Amino acid sequence: MTDLERHSYDVVVIGAGGAGLRAAIEAREQGKRTAIICKSLFGKAHTVMAEGGIAASMGNVNSKDSWQVHFRDTMRGGKFLNLWRMAELHAKEAPQRVWELETWGALFDRTPDGRISQRNFGGHEYPRLAHVGDRTGLELIRTLQQKIVSLQQEDEREFGDPEARLRVFAECTITEILKEDERVAGAFGYWRESGRFIAFDAPAVILATGGIGKSFKVTSNSWEYTGDGHALALKAGGSLVNMEFIQFHPTGMVWPPSVKGILVTESVRGDGGVLKNAGGQRFMFDYVPDVFRDKYAHDEAEGDRWYTDPDNNRRPPELLPRDEVARAINSEVKAGRGSPHGGVFLDVASRLPAETIRKKLPSMYHQFKELAGVDITAEAMEVGPTCHYVMGGVEVEPDTGAAVGVQGLFAAGEVAGGMHGSNRLGGNSLSDLLVFGRRAGLGASQYLDGLDGTRPAIAGADIDQAAAAAVAPFNGDGSENPYTVHTELQMTMNDLVGIIRRSEEMQDALEKLEELKRRAAAVTVEGHRQFNPGWHLALDLDNMLLVSQCVARAALMREESRGGHTREDYPLMSAEWRQVNLICRADGDDVSVTRQPLPSMPDELLQLFEREELNKYMTDDELTVLPEGDA
Amino acid sequence: MGYTAKFRVWRGTDEDGALNDYDVDVNEGEVVLDVIHRLQATQAPDLAVRWNCKAGKCGSCSAEINGRPRLLCMTRMNTFDQSETVTVTPLRAFPVIRDLVTNVSFNYQKAREVPSFTPPPDLKAGDYRMQQIDVERSQEFRKCIECFLCQDTCHVIRDHEENKPVFAGPRFFIRIAELDMHPLDTLERKHSAQEDYGLGYCNITKCCTEVCPEGIHITDNAIIPMKERVVDAKYDPAFGLFRVLRARSKSTKTMNEQADRAWSLLCSVEAGDVDYASVRSDVEDAMRQAKGVASTGTVLASLEALDHFEAGRLDEAAAEAQASLSWHRSAQERSDAWVTLARVYDAQERPTATVEAIENARRHWPDNPRLRHFGGDERRP
Repeated sequence: MTDLERHSYDVVVIGAGGAGLRAAIEAREQGKRTAIICKSLFGKAHTVMAEGGIAASMGNVNSKDSWQVHFRDTMRGGKFLNLWRMAELHAKEAPQRVWELETWGALFDRTPDGRISQRNFGGHEYPRLAHVGDRTGLELIRTLQQKIVSLQQEDEREFGDPEARLRVFAECTITEILKEDERVAGAFGYWRESGRFIAFDAPAVILATGGIGKSFKVTSNSWEYTGDGHALALKAGGSLVNMEFIQFHPTGMVWPPSVKGILVTESVRGDGGVLKNAGGQRFMFDYVPDVFRDKYAHDEAEGDRWYTDPDNNRRPPELLPRDEVARAINSEVKAGRGSPHGGVFLDVASRLPAETIRKKLPSMYHQFKELAGVDITAEAMEVGPTCHYVMGGVEVEPDTGAAVGVQGLFAAGEVAGGMHGSNRLGGNSLSDLLVFGRRAGLGASQYLDGLDGTRPAIAGADIDQAAAAAVAPFNGDGSENPYTVHTELQMTMNDLVGIIRRSEEMQDALEKLEELKRRAAAVTVEGHRQFNPGWHLALDLDNMLLVSQCVARAALMREESRGGHTREDYPLMSAEWRQVNLICRADGDDVSVTRQPLPSMPDELLQLFEREELNKYMTDDELTVLPEGDA
Repeated sequence: MGYTAKFRVWRGTDEDGALNDYDVDVNEGEVVLDVIHRLQATQAPDLAVRWNCKAGKCGSCSAEINGRPRLLCMTRMNTFDQSETVTVTPLRAFPVIRDLVTNVSFNYQKAREVPSFTPPPDLKAGDYRMQQIDVERSQEFRKCIECFLCQDTCHVIRDHEENKPVFAGPRFFIRIAELDMHPLDTLERKHSAQEDYGLGYCNITKCCTEVCPEGIHITDNAIIPMKERVVDAKYDPAFGLFRVLRARSKSTKTMNEQADRAWSLLCSVEAGDVDYASVRSDVEDAMRQAKGVASTGTVLASLEALDHFEAGRLDEAAAEAQASLSWHRSAQERSDAWVTLARVYDAQERPTATVEAIENARRHWPDNPRLRHFGGDERRP
């Protein structure tokens, strides 16, 4: 291999979003030579899209908040499928991770007494989200980016080389994790700019690659979200957990095509916006499920009164949990009562004075004005569900982020599974990145210390094989275009494994995925290796197809409805299924799915809940520790 | 609603490239990036373009559309006439890697040169207390999405590769301003802005502000306050040279004692308290040092004009005063320039021009104390 650039590091972090950067900072501060690899430029990661805030029970706005309350909210949000240990660590450590950001220069909005302000959000009992207007994710990324720069400045002073112990490899894609026997030995990839191959000798690799949204047609996710880390873990012998759970946000833009999928914040409904179908009817009143019947308004008059008098009225059904609203919109559109561009109407114009709208929803006003030519103070928005987040991911040890089944592999952030169970609460993503990013950096460092100086070696044949696989798309017979296959994949997942799932449709999807896999093998790209987007897509496509198979297979197997997994043929939640995690593994070119018992919560955490509530989720056998009908 | 648009897109590198013409379908509501993506999917699969969020939040898809620096994802097709050819080229200030992708590593290099946030060493995490009103100024600059359009449009480096080593550019001026205005940052940053990052090269043309997709007031809220803090001096308020600039920044912390010293000495000469020869070397020394930290001309022109006049260089004095008039925006600064011009014309024995200049000086600032040199009859006593 003459055309190969080679580096040696202690830790290689794949992904430069919140989790990856936090992991790299930790590994470097533990004294490990660390490389950060990202597909985009440094500082462009998808984390910048997060708006609402970082959930952490600092109790700055309501002193009754505590990690126990945050833990409880998180478990409820995930419908008790969360790995309890992850939810516990997350709730306990989030405040320290937020305060730490301030010492690195983050500037959050403040309370009147000068502390970090916290806002209310769906599913959180108290105001809990640290925020900077509606650009919290950007603040997070920029702060971590600048912390990395400051560490590099330290190294410049100490060693005369800013990259002595921490280097960012931007616009670089990893295609394979390389191992010696059972242990990670490094990673192989290519520079996007030149197409040149690059290999990293490193005993520890941390996956922080984010999600998989680009397998769906309508998504709020960027092009980078092609499930690379999920696929790398599978191919390295790791396993994925909870892949059937995908969060569809109910309100994404549906028109114009250029912005289809972009989020329309939940605050629009919180501030008084209502959902209407083509007939002008507020349809959400027809979609209140029985379990919520007594908690939501029964008519429009009561719902309208709630905004000014929440103590004596029930909230309008537009404010049901995200999964309920997404399903309702989906049903209206399928019944032919949708808006001209296949969504429903979100009307705030007829509800609030124009001046109030501009003041309370400035970014939404700007977004629709700039991108859709719609004045939301005068006309209704068109909105529909959009693929937003994957709860599933690499199965990890909660305390260290170590991937189950692969020594030396770690994962943190959206690519890791278990923390959010079947549904993630808003605001719990950014805190997840920080808490488990740090823990993965620490876990990788401790793993290295345990190696006693021995480092697994990359085999030359493995590099040759990885290189041959990477250039394969240039040698095809010209019969398939990567863009076409990608478009068909997105349609398949969107239409057949989307918000509402049916057994037959998922069977169809699996057949279609087999066909697309065959066609992907024949994908041919034109041009040369220098910054060639067709080639990049061809390689990402393999990851998307593998991960999509996991989603479809797990979704077909789980015969219940829970959080981000809704089965039309199994509409109810099942206490038996709650005790089961579905685990996906690579099986040759295929994917296997097995059932695995969910670890049960220790008594002291179980006792944070009312027995009556747990009865809705758990079997009697699981609740023997709690006295009947007691807390 | 759809139509076929004419696109011209740069293909290739700096050395070996050309504008290629394409006819491409455009649908209702699309942005330029959609059309670029359609070109990739249908006609030019290897067309290189950077993009990411497609929502104006990540700052990746920066390029030039019809010569203007813009985000491809935030430029709607309906802003063009359907018959218009839309030309898309890479950022001009940076080397082209391929097609629309440029090498922006310059910016990451500069980022590394700005010393990081430095809080008080004994302040513990969790104990930070700051008022909202105090963090808002820095928060404006932290809205920056690092699209580098401001860097691209800045004429100091756009066609002047030679300035890059000594000039950080607008993106990093707002970074320095952000840290300088951070309530808990402990480093002194103003002078380094001038000395290490080339703030002095900026002559406030506001191009950066105009192209900023986040609407950050780069010039007014970052660059000008930093310049004035650098140059700001305890000028006699009666002369008002920098009164307006100073008034705009309530938190002035730094005084430029050299510029202050030069101006005070020259005004003493003007008032007849001392003669020019006796202070000449002091004035020259002070001005040389002041120029090291001041901007290119905009605030020093008045000073130089007066110095030229007192040194007997009438033509240079007139030129500097006129230059000052073309730059300075405040009434008091204009008045001061006209006073200097009046003295030049008076010395040249041009009474009509002198009277006109005095009238102008008085119109801009009736109470300008320097007008006392011309007495009640508009002539110097």
